[in-house]
Amino acid sequence: MRKGGKIMFFTALFVVVLCAPFILNMGSAQAAPDPSLDTPEINALQEKECIADTEWMRENHMQLLDDWRWEVIRNGATEYVAPNGQVYDMSLDDTCLSCHSNREEFCETCHDYSNVELYCWDCHNPDYEE
Amino acid sequence: MNNGIKIGVPLLIVVALAAIAWIGTDAFHLDMLFGVIIPYIALALFIVGFVIRIIKWARSAVPFRIPTTCGQEKSMPWVKQAKLDNPSSSAGVVGRMLLEVLCFRSLFRNSKAKKDGDKLSFGSAKWLWLFALAFHWSMLIIVFRHLRLFFEPVPAIVTGVEVVDSAFQIGLPIIYITDVLFVGAVTFLFLRRVVLPQVRYISLQNDFFPLFLLLGIGISGVVMRYFFRIDIVAVKELTMSLVAFQPVIPENVGPILYVHLFLVSVLLIYFPWSKLMHAPGIFLSPTRNMANNNRAVRHVNPWNYPVKVHSYEEYEEEYGEKMKRVGLPLDSETNAG
Repeated sequence: MRKGGKIMFFTALFVVVLCAPFILNMGSAQAAPDPSLDTPEINALQEKECIADTEWMRENHMQLLDDWRWEVIRNGATEYVAPNGQVYDMSLDDTCLSCHSNREEFCETCHDYSNVELYCWDCHNPDYEE
Repeated sequence: MNNGIKIGVPLLIVVALAAIAWIGTDAFHLDMLFGVIIPYIALALFIVGFVIRIIKWARSAVPFRIPTTCGQEKSMPWVKQAKLDNPSSSAGVVGRMLLEVLCFRSLFRNSKAKKDGDKLSFGSAKWLWLFALAFHWSMLIIVFRHLRLFFEPVPAIVTGVEVVDSAFQIGLPIIYITDVLFVGAVTFLFLRRVVLPQVRYISLQNDFFPLFLLLGIGISGVVMRYFFRIDIVAVKELTMSLVAFQPVIPENVGPILYVHLFLVSVLLIYFPWSKLMHAPGIFLSPTRNMANNNRAVRHVNPWNYPVKVHSYEEYEEEYGEKMKRVGLPLDSETNAG
């Protein structure tokens, strides 16, 4: 083992880098984020229901928004018929955010946690902070 | 070996592995086994196996200085040296290794021999280099992107890579460029082994198995992200709990996650004992990691053992008397006794 020292040093370095997530997260169990539904608008609702059930929205909200964007911009459509038959305006600002007015506690808790970039705010409601 | 067997068996094994994880979690609810126990075991076996293989290599003798030379060696001052292809210094060796590891320089030299009328001609064949490069870099970026599941808050560099990787903003969830490249490149590397008759002839089951395994991992990941769109928050809950050694099995994740995780675990276990060990092996290639200074520096084989010699002087001392008696000439009369 002529260059054994060098080889073992780099092997050890590799193992340490590989185990970095374990080392840096030592003993700190993180709770998953809990998106908040506590907004004045939602609290004022008699029946608290979104345009579809939570499970479906969790899996499909991004595609729904993508479809809406396509329908509104390309096809000029504005009305969305929800699974329960009710008709909604296809609008992020006027439909989604009218109830979920707490985008920091609702959208961004999960998006920050899972590091999924939200580029909605590039155009929509950019002055929210004020 | 029959082509059907050498391609079909590895494919069947990978499909079976995926099916085991799917059925195991969907029908038998072995989420703990596939989500926690097997990944932990796989990582441990990967590290142990990896280190064992490296130690084995580090202990093997390298008696001679055998760098491959691909250009003019260092010579007279007016002869231009190919410093990277025939390095004579450590800096040159580092440069050469970097080009090899980061750019696959020796694959770039891949050539194709063919008959041109009566003559044999060699042409450039860059496809293997191109797709090998696309595959390895995509894989590195994909593995690096996964770090977002293991850190909270996520390091800015991981986010940066992810933003660049999803720069086209196609679809939602946004398609990653590396996902497309990875699946495309692995498919190419597989087709190459099937379509070219010579390569098909020398390909073995353990060439096809890693390809199918990587393809299985890629496809299960792509399907999970773009089609099942499983709850990424729940996935991160699982991964964060794993690295904190406080495993929690989340709800709302489908069996597809466990298929992906199980195939990755199999890859980790398989890796140290397979040809995939070319990853660390490249650094230990004696033909690449040595400077070609054979004519400037004397290299003594460090593995030489002290050889027992019996010199003529000693021989004459021992047998001088007898030699004198039979009339043999002696170098030194004092040995005549």
